[in-house]
Amino acid sequence: MTERRQETLISSVLLAAVFVVTLLPFASLFTTALHTSGTYPTGLSWPKHPQWHNFVDAFHAADMGAIFLSSTSIVLGVVPVAIVLATLAGFALGHLRPRGGRAAFAVFLAGLTLPLEGVIVPLYYEIRDFHLLNTRFAIILPLIGLYMPFAVYWMRAHFLAMPNELSEAARIDGATTWQLFWRIHLPLARPAVTALGILLTIWTWNQFLLAIVLVDDPKKRTMAGALGAFQGQWGTNIPLLAAGALFILTPMLIVFLIFQRNFVVALLQGSVKG
Amino acid sequence: MNRTMIQAVNTATDSAPRRALTTRARHRPSHLGWLFLIPALSVYGIFVLWPILQTIRYSFYSWDGVDKPQWAGLRNFRAVFTDPQLTSTLVHVAELILFFTVIPVGLGLVLAAIMQRVTSRRVTSVARAVLILPQIVPLVAAGIAWSWVLSSSGVVNQVLQAIGLRHITRAWLGDFTTALPSVGLIGAWVLLGLCTVLLSVGMGKIDASLYEAAVLDGAGRIREFFAVTLPSMRNEIAVCVTVTMISALSAFDIVYITTQGGPGNATMVPGLKVYQLAFFNRQVGLASALALVLMVIVILCIMPVQSLSRRSGDE
Repeated sequence: MTERRQETLISSVLLAAVFVVTLLPFASLFTTALHTSGTYPTGLSWPKHPQWHNFVDAFHAADMGAIFLSSTSIVLGVVPVAIVLATLAGFALGHLRPRGGRAAFAVFLAGLTLPLEGVIVPLYYEIRDFHLLNTRFAIILPLIGLYMPFAVYWMRAHFLAMPNELSEAARIDGATTWQLFWRIHLPLARPAVTALGILLTIWTWNQFLLAIVLVDDPKKRTMAGALGAFQGQWGTNIPLLAAGALFILTPMLIVFLIFQRNFVVALLQGSVKG
Repeated sequence: MNRTMIQAVNTATDSAPRRALTTRARHRPSHLGWLFLIPALSVYGIFVLWPILQTIRYSFYSWDGVDKPQWAGLRNFRAVFTDPQLTSTLVHVAELILFFTVIPVGLGLVLAAIMQRVTSRRVTSVARAVLILPQIVPLVAAGIAWSWVLSSSGVVNQVLQAIGLRHITRAWLGDFTTALPSVGLIGAWVLLGLCTVLLSVGMGKIDASLYEAAVLDGAGRIREFFAVTLPSMRNEIAVCVTVTMISALSAFDIVYITTQGGPGNATMVPGLKVYQLAFFNRQVGLASALALVLMVIVILCIMPVQSLSRRSGDE
């Protein structure tokens, strides 16, 4: 009995330690953000006079409002389109299975583990030739393409799991392929689509490399990309930088706290499938 | 989800003519499917496949991005494997894999086992939410937070001083010997939670009777772990190893924010080097060769891990 209690105690202590280490960087960021702007405070210390207006200053210094809108419009440009294209393709590969579909799937699979660094250089010249450099489309369009391997794989897995009888019955009722997709299969795909939407939203919001290579203006970038520029500009003003970093990570954090369960499930499934 | 699915299946079959299904209305339109595929394939082709082909092409040229490219044959590849500036990036990435992969998977297994013993559901769900947090925030923000934690007046040094280890305090990311391990630990921090939660879900799925059998055979905690837990989780472990290795190999954001590859060349990784070569040194060919080598290494690292996991159907 005592041995068990001891074991529980050790477990709890270890778990608590991991919690602390996980949260420590955020805590340190927070207390630092409250110190006087321009000073060089110590890592984790509560200031005598918390400077709450640092957040306001950081907000203005980085033009957070504009950055937030930019990031949101990029997400709105990427995620719905990627989902539509991937759902159509996933339906084809998982359900219609046209001749040559296996080959097409293999081509998608080939891109599944591709590091972005592998294509970033030609992507730059391609976007330049399209005259899209320094526009939000420079981030939106490539991201849709880059998400296809994973998104198609994801949706295909969903449609593969759907029972065939469903379609056969609809067929006998005279449904066309489009009706079959639109009226029968799409409504059933909602959970898979929601999870995919969550994943693509996080990945887009946090996308950094594409943003800094293809867009110079921080106000046309994703949140993460804009933070890179902010660091370059305010890197020596630690409290202000900390406040800025907190601003950038807050929106996703709020969404996460609201949809916590969905996020965790989506992230887990996402890594299993990826 | 399941209920609506079953309902839909029921309504669909009810409205069908009685068991005419035996005729198996298999008018599979063999080409119609392509109409559904073409949109996805085209964006994928334009923004992924075509760039890959270009990377391959550029890698054989010497090109500054402006003037006419000069054929370079295999010279770029020779540089990738002989120029110490470039070979070191490959060495660094190997070291990063140790941190990004071994720590999260190893420690993740221990934590998952612990979480299974602390049986309260609330603890488990809170633990999941907290541990997965680093996956939600941008790596850039994590990088800023950590470079502050590891700075000369950061929390780490604060703690070391408090426990009387003042002599080992330093600017961890600015020190030649500690910079790369520090970057590695940041990566471990990012990935530990994801691995822990994934592994704990996997552990929860193990058939309890296996443990009972092991106990009957007189196995202790440790034996039980190696005889039952580990083999049952081959799949989850393979997933964790794959995900973490890819993040190590394509590390960019964290290094860019915390060290920019420095001090000196101490934390330079292929991803960052590709970026610098192409966009600052104007050596597009060399950058492409390095990018190509990186892609091949990713595939070479992932393949054995994938074959290690049991391949059940399409999962």
